[in-house]
Amino acid sequence: MSNKEKHWDKTRGLMFITLALWFFFGYVIFMFGESLNSASFLGYPLAYYMCAQGSLLAFVIILFWFANKQEAIDEEFGFAEREDN
Amino acid sequence: MKGKFIDNLPKIYGLYTGGFAAFIILMAIAEQAGMTAKTIGIMFVAFTVFIYALIGWLSRTVQVDAYYVAGRQVPTVFNGMATAADWMSGASFVAMAGGIYFGGYTYMAFLVGWTGGYILVSSLLAPYLRKFGCYTVPDFIGTRYGGNLARFCAVVVLVLASFTYVTAQINATGTIASRALGVPFELGVWVGLISILMCSMLGGMRAVTWTQVAQYIVLIVAYLLPVFWMGAKLGNPFPHLMLGDEVARLGELEAQFGLVKNAAADLKAAGVPGGLSSISNSHAGVPAGGMAAWKFISLVICMMVGTASLPHILMRYFTTPSVKSARKSVAWSLFFIFLLYSSAPMLATLSKLQLMDPNLATSIIGKSIADVQAIQWVQDWTAAKQVFIADFNGDGILQLNEWFMRTGVVVLATPEVAGLPYVISGLVAAGGMAAAMSTADGLVLAIANALSHDLYFKIIDPKADVQKRLIVARALLIVIGAAGAFVASMRLTSILGAVAWAFDFAMSGLFFPLVLGVWWKKATRQGAIAGMIGGLTAGTAYLIYVGPKFMAQTPWLGIDHLRFGIIGAPVCLILMVIVSMMTYKNDAEAKAISAMLDETRIPVGKTVLGQK
Repeated sequence: MSNKEKHWDKTRGLMFITLALWFFFGYVIFMFGESLNSASFLGYPLAYYMCAQGSLLAFVIILFWFANKQEAIDEEFGFAEREDN
Repeated sequence: MKGKFIDNLPKIYGLYTGGFAAFIILMAIAEQAGMTAKTIGIMFVAFTVFIYALIGWLSRTVQVDAYYVAGRQVPTVFNGMATAADWMSGASFVAMAGGIYFGGYTYMAFLVGWTGGYILVSSLLAPYLRKFGCYTVPDFIGTRYGGNLARFCAVVVLVLASFTYVTAQINATGTIASRALGVPFELGVWVGLISILMCSMLGGMRAVTWTQVAQYIVLIVAYLLPVFWMGAKLGNPFPHLMLGDEVARLGELEAQFGLVKNAAADLKAAGVPGGLSSISNSHAGVPAGGMAAWKFISLVICMMVGTASLPHILMRYFTTPSVKSARKSVAWSLFFIFLLYSSAPMLATLSKLQLMDPNLATSIIGKSIADVQAIQWVQDWTAAKQVFIADFNGDGILQLNEWFMRTGVVVLATPEVAGLPYVISGLVAAGGMAAAMSTADGLVLAIANALSHDLYFKIIDPKADVQKRLIVARALLIVIGAAGAFVASMRLTSILGAVAWAFDFAMSGLFFPLVLGVWWKKATRQGAIAGMIGGLTAGTAYLIYVGPKFMAQTPWLGIDHLRFGIIGAPVCLILMVIVSMMTYKNDAEAKAISAMLDETRIPVGKTVLGQK
């Protein structure tokens, strides 16, 4: 496998992990909204909390994590951009 | 000179924010000194719009790169702010808290949908489109798949989605301008349009970028200040973490007053104006059953996939200096959006509690109607036909189902309801204006750029020189803005309906051609064309089938007119895959595309288009 192919392999892997996390916080939680709401977090019903704040915050964190991970992958295979690019 | 400007950005916007704070304080002093509420409102809107126009004029340019992609040198965090302003429309600012106020948990599907889509943007599209180096979204489709027909189809989807969206935005600008300046709505629309054009016409993307950053600062201050102020008044200085008890209290009050859905006949008999609602949904309760969960999830799907297909958002990531900063910039965008979106439910909670909790001095539910009608803000907003009281049971006491409000009023009137000084109301009007203007700017520019670059320059007259191209781009900007204002002044759809439709149009026609264009080398031109035409046609046909203003048939599986992308996008995907598999040939063209995509997929090096 060439360097480019290995880089793309890892990039694709990261994409699938990111989308799995996205699917969990965007959909799986809300499939069980009714039962989740009997639990509570910070005093809020859990499903209410997740759609008011929790999932939104999770998305922000996932995006920063994803950007750093992808930069590390680019670095590893020598495709990182120089700052003066 | 330009480099110096970019280096000095933090200082410039720091000064700007300080100046804005000073202006707010000045207005507060003027209010104490006896300046009327109306003058304060006019000052706020006029002052901020003047600043945006000034920025637009200072950013004028005659260079193609600066006009279309702001010279590709917008720093990561600033691009995040500009995208957040581009994203958060008048609907987000004015109507979202109101939607949550009336719709409760069910409505909050919009919050999840309008944030989660950025994960698709970042992981599937933005970095690759940035590396590709296109000026517009159809530019990518046209180059990746080759041929004018593919490019033209992408232009059609873009124009349809963005134009639907922009009418809603100009409508919102008109509403706010007419209220703040005290002119009729039809005139307010044109005032709004002129303000929008002043920001974008001379400097294109460069001007829009720097005004959007300025607009973000105004809108976020205008949104958060009342939330924190009200929270502090009720003893919760950081409402986001501390409102658990208030949410529980609302549940108790709902049980006490009862959630009653009024019959349509009663509403008509009492003369309740159209578009006003009473509270009939539980604030935090999840509706029971699989169908309710599916309705929530299907709306989330449409909004998320639509986010990743809306050209005015994607094109913001063409302006960053590198691929790496495009990715980081998406994260910053969502962070800045999160600041407002996570506050909307808190605003709804606080504002609802103020009206409902009998222990608070501001409450009105359960009080005598004569007393409520004597309150100043109730009188003002009743006169504006934005709130309404109907004594259905004739007991002279205001019940929960007898109190009607328009959704936008929740944000606009909350400062008055909570007894905050009028300067805050003026600030909120300026914030709403900033939100609607910034989105309209981005949309009008996206349409004009697609028409001038893809239709005029790439298809009609490829030999046109730079000067001619920019003149055409500017002329189109005026024409599209005027057309948008004209349609907006007819008020065909509600703001929310038009916004949701834009997402559905975009996802039906553009999502899979864009994603597969990057991720599937064997996607062919014929496949993409079939997908775009088929997806858009299927989605539109379904919209006409279920649309309440069209054929108004019963939706399948709860897929109503807000969710028609659920039909369009899969049709697009299936057609695209089948036709691509039938037409793929391992010939020289396929090899060239494969090489082009290999280049697109690594961040380092020149843009793909720049190498040609």
